[in-house]
Amino acid sequence: MPNAIYIALIPLLPLTGFLLLGLFGRKIFKNSSGIIGTVFLLAATLISLYTAYGYFFDYGKVNGIYQKLFPFNYTWLTFSGNLSIDMGVILDPISVMMLVVVSFISLMVHIYSLAYMKGEERFPTYYAFLALFTFSMLGLVLSSNIFQIYIFWELVGVSSFLLIGYYYDRPGAVAASKKAFIVTRFADLGFLIGILVLSFYSNTLDFNTLIQRLTTPGSDQLKTAVTSSFLGISALTWGTVLVFIGGAGKSAMFPLHIWLPDAMEGPTPVSALIHAATMVVAGVYLVARLFPLFSIAAPDSLHIVAYVGAVSALLAAIIACTQTDIKRVLAYSTMSQIGYMMFALGIAKYGGEDGLGYTASMFHLFTHAMFKALLFLCAGAVIHYVHSNEMGDMGGLRRKLPVTHITFLIACLSIAGIPPLSGFFSKEEILLAAWQQNKTIYWMGLITSGITAFYMFRLYFSIFWNKDYNDHHTSATKGSWLITLPLIILAIGSVISGFIPFGNFISTDGNHLETGFDAVFSAGPVALGLAGIFTAMRLYKKQSNRPDKISLLFKSLYKTAYHKFYIDEIYLFITKKILFNLVGRPAAWFDKNILDGLVNLTGNTTQIISEKIKGVQSGKVQQYAIYFLAGAIGLALLFIYWWN
Amino acid sequence: MQIGLNHLLFLSTALFFIGIYGFFTRKNLVTILMSVELVLNSVNLNFIAFNKYLWPNRLDGVFFTVFIIAIAAAEAAVAIAIIINLYRSHQSIDVEKAEELKY
Repeated sequence: MPNAIYIALIPLLPLTGFLLLGLFGRKIFKNSSGIIGTVFLLAATLISLYTAYGYFFDYGKVNGIYQKLFPFNYTWLTFSGNLSIDMGVILDPISVMMLVVVSFISLMVHIYSLAYMKGEERFPTYYAFLALFTFSMLGLVLSSNIFQIYIFWELVGVSSFLLIGYYYDRPGAVAASKKAFIVTRFADLGFLIGILVLSFYSNTLDFNTLIQRLTTPGSDQLKTAVTSSFLGISALTWGTVLVFIGGAGKSAMFPLHIWLPDAMEGPTPVSALIHAATMVVAGVYLVARLFPLFSIAAPDSLHIVAYVGAVSALLAAIIACTQTDIKRVLAYSTMSQIGYMMFALGIAKYGGEDGLGYTASMFHLFTHAMFKALLFLCAGAVIHYVHSNEMGDMGGLRRKLPVTHITFLIACLSIAGIPPLSGFFSKEEILLAAWQQNKTIYWMGLITSGITAFYMFRLYFSIFWNKDYNDHHTSATKGSWLITLPLIILAIGSVISGFIPFGNFISTDGNHLETGFDAVFSAGPVALGLAGIFTAMRLYKKQSNRPDKISLLFKSLYKTAYHKFYIDEIYLFITKKILFNLVGRPAAWFDKNILDGLVNLTGNTTQIISEKIKGVQSGKVQQYAIYFLAGAIGLALLFIYWWN
Repeated sequence: MQIGLNHLLFLSTALFFIGIYGFFTRKNLVTILMSVELVLNSVNLNFIAFNKYLWPNRLDGVFFTVFIIAIAAAEAAVAIAIIINLYRSHQSIDVEKAEELKY
């Protein structure tokens, strides 16, 4: 492979941007910080695209199989002779694909934010955080070993925390950022234990060696990992499930999804970048990265992945139908689509035709990044115009925001799976894979896709049709070209990215995978999608009381879904009532009374005694001399007594 | 009358306790310093006496004495410096007036 050091520049350029803007942004680059951040990211994006081109079309393929390449590996921390933490770079189809997605979406968000965040007081800080996030995410996808990915994983979590809490003067944003951080941290604990388990049994942290050792039949490491068990489940299954818990936390999978809807308190471009297109798919990426391990050595864990994904997809789609905050609808839709990617991975098998789910999952990740980022940026433009997140305040905006209207429609059609937009191709591939492998999951996915079409068009009609918009905000800002340009680029991406023959590039074993789509098979899902759109049109195109009537019809179900199936309440019950009362309070009592009591006892005793004897130190020199003499004489007498 | 070891030891013990008495009863720092010198000299006398009567062929006791005289000189210099400073700050060299350094 040609000179590879430039690949390290991809994450390092945003890091430089972060340091520059973070240290000097407020003083020196007060107004130019956005441009500086964007230029750094543009450079990183160009290098990413160049790398992707080189990898896919030049040096990546050897004898028709895409290789895993390690352009460089630097030993960072050595624990023992054969265990060390390295800082390396891995190039394989999924990491290169993610590289393009992350840097491209990030660039779009950088450009968009130039106009969207203009006039914010902490504008340089915003760009610094954005650069930090991009650096961490690029580092994450390039990580060549499991500990390195964990480091970047945490960095991504921190930058997400910082950006959700960007408006730190709003109590809602502060609470949301804390919630996101705590929930994902809790999941990361599982990830860390999973790392320890896997590396303990494989004696390595390096992805490639780890997968090789634990998937080769008959290897010593595999034997010990399979035979040693805890609670009747093999160590290997434990390890992979724990790693998946970390992934599920970051990817907002049920039941660790509660942070994602609240994370919408952050600025909208941030939601587009972090909580829709890139960071939340980190969990999917992690499972894909360890996919051979899951599918060959721990198929039980893969089943868990599949069902967690399918349940999340269905649950989130139902909740999304009832929400009225447009960003929350999009948040649940994100969770639902990530559920798709997860179960697609869960049903795939290693190698050949059975690996279709893997390819489909990565394909959906790619197309979803395009159309979901587009949806969020459109939502941002709408919110910018209306100054509200509530659907009720919108309606009839199609004439006011024509570009946003068209691009939003494209994204909605895409996510609803209407041909020939990108979402159609990736979703069909996922459903096809599910049909071949697991019928239960197929039906869950199919129902979800129908609901998806319904709630997306509920959103679309509520924003752009429904009632007439009375323009009481005379100061309402029309989108500048900086806002519309990313929308148009992403809309083009949402249209054409479906035609990329993903099977050529990404498959479980690096081989070419033929992915055609079956017109007869697709007819069902597309018809269901159209039915969903039609229902939404009947209900929401004109202002009417029909939606309310229907919600009254299914009153209890509607209420449950509106309250997000009371999952937040269950969490609060468990933490506040059970954990705080049963663990927290006794522990606090023990700490206050027993531990503090012991410390206070020693302190008080010392003080009482010293109060009593402090008179000895009188400041009179001759008194000291008397004590001294008495001591000396005493010692002398003792000496004489013993001598004889 | 031949002067023997006992006479010298008696003298040195007397000198020692005179010094101790002076150290405890005097309030003037210079007299206290003089009392300390007395104690030191009683020790010197002891060394010399033992050296002369017990091991006349050796010089260890004499060496010790020379050392003690040298150290006593240095100590006197330091002590007097302290006394002068005390006088400057308290306008007195009475030990009972300088007792702020306490609990």
